Amino acid sequence: MTEASVSSARGAPAAKIVLDIADVSKKFGGVTAVENVAMTVPEGRILSVIGPNGAGKTSLLNMISGFYKPDTGSIRLRGDDITSKRPSEIAALGIARTFQNIALFSGLTVLDNLMLGRHVHMKSGVLASALYWGWARKEEIAHRQRCEEIIEFLKLQDLRKQQTAALAYGLRKRVELGRALALEPKILLLDEPMGGMNQEEKEDMARFILDVNQERGVTVVLIEHDMGVVMDISDQVVVLDRGRRIGGGTPDEVQRDPRVIQAYLGTSKGAAAA
Amino acid sequence: MSSEDLGFLWALLVNGASIGLMYALIALGFVLVYKATDAINFAQGEFVMLASFAAALALGIGGMPVIAAVLLAVALMIGFSFGLERVVLRPLLGRPVVAVIMATIGLAAMLRGLPPITIGGETRALPLPVGDEPVRLGAASLPPIQVVGAIVAVLFFVAFTWFFKKSRMGVAMRAVADNQQVAMAMGINVERYFALAWAMAGIVSALGGVLWGSMLGVDVHVAVIGLKVFPVVILGGLDSIGGALVGGLIIGIVESLAAGYLDPYVGGGTKDFAPYLLMILVLMFRPYGIFGKRKIERV
Repeated sequence: MTEASVSSARGAPAAKIVLDIADVSKKFGGVTAVENVAMTVPEGRILSVIGPNGAGKTSLLNMISGFYKPDTGSIRLRGDDITSKRPSEIAALGIARTFQNIALFSGLTVLDNLMLGRHVHMKSGVLASALYWGWARKEEIAHRQRCEEIIEFLKLQDLRKQQTAALAYGLRKRVELGRALALEPKILLLDEPMGGMNQEEKEDMARFILDVNQERGVTVVLIEHDMGVVMDISDQVVVLDRGRRIGGGTPDEVQRDPRVIQAYLGTSKGAAAA
Repeated sequence: MSSEDLGFLWALLVNGASIGLMYALIALGFVLVYKATDAINFAQGEFVMLASFAAALALGIGGMPVIAAVLLAVALMIGFSFGLERVVLRPLLGRPVVAVIMATIGLAAMLRGLPPITIGGETRALPLPVGDEPVRLGAASLPPIQVVGAIVAVLFFVAFTWFFKKSRMGVAMRAVADNQQVAMAMGINVERYFALAWAMAGIVSALGGVLWGSMLGVDVHVAVIGLKVFPVVILGGLDSIGGALVGGLIIGIVESLAAGYLDPYVGGGTKDFAPYLLMILVLMFRPYGIFGKRKIERV
């Protein structure tokens, strides 16, 4: 992907649009969660979606990953319409995600959780793995290898055989990131990956996200409340408020945008900029 | 205790355990479906009945060799449960749990009505070539079919335990059971695993049907074993495979002990009474069962 033109300099028109979200809306009963939001995600960059609670950030993410069908609008991945695809199909197309509330498979080990992330890449089905035992075995070893790389990358070596339920909060978030990475996604959707973390854990997580982006060229769509982190690592920021897009641009532009300041101050969230 | 008393106790325990393993096998069908799909199958006993009819007819009328009849019953039950999932239950996905429960209760009633309508209600024999010579285990002696049933049940439990612990599909199925949404986000085709769970329940029911039908004779009363499934799974935990095994053994043994020690005083019937008493006690003190997942819900 594009090499480290990661600075917030907007002057990087070379980046292709990998995800094109056009005027999507989503209503639940009488409540409008997202209203005519448009957003383009440039390839190989980190784009953050910010906004007060209830702004529609997670709903937007759920539409991209196929959990919600937008009422109107469309979502295109490299030009292909994926609006009505199912979550499992979208995952197979290379869009992985993490969840706001940690959603690890709790009875399984760290390694098993990551191996499940390899699911989309596994070729042999039941019959095949029963009949061509050797081949399935070989495939298994290759997948295991990829997971070990991720475990090493996220510094989880000592925990691979541990049940995830027993892990500390910050580590579980890290395992969830690892599981998403095991899909080898082109696009990674992260829903508050640092929520509830202490400062040190946040810095670690920010480092991992930057590494994933720069070394693996993965495009990142990030929802995060910590403004410090968002402004530090994002190439672009989109601001939502009450389901609508109220601003967007580079971190610098967004921080100066009076509407954005208003939205945050208006909900007494100004402290979030700390 | 005299040695005669001990011998009697031993005989009750062995007999109860062997029947308990059969209960466990049939409860396994229920647990597999609940674990993977959250559906509560009230027709588990009727699945078993259907399989026993298929095998008995294939043997009696079709004149098939035993192994072919068993395979036919297995194939039929896989197809039946597969179809049931596809046609009846999948449209109910996302509906309240009670919709699925009612659908399976309705199905159960229909299945029980099917044999009298089509082939008549008389009891049919389902003879398996296992001989009649009782197998002696110390002071206990078991009919050979009960020994075969126990062995089959144990083999299935070993196989399923391996499947869920070690095989990739088994692990994926546990993921589906744990959190469907996240499984989808991992690219796992959740519906396919639902179908697989039902197919596995079909296999277990087919084997259970052949064995149980052979023991009792094949008629609609075979379905009554479905009622034993509930104390077993409540005891063991609705979603625990190991729990089904332990629950089955406990229920089988409790029944047997009740029949042996209490029936002489009350004139019979404790065999059917004791498992449910135990079930209610468990519900009062440990509602998620011995091994079941304790679900903490935030309100």
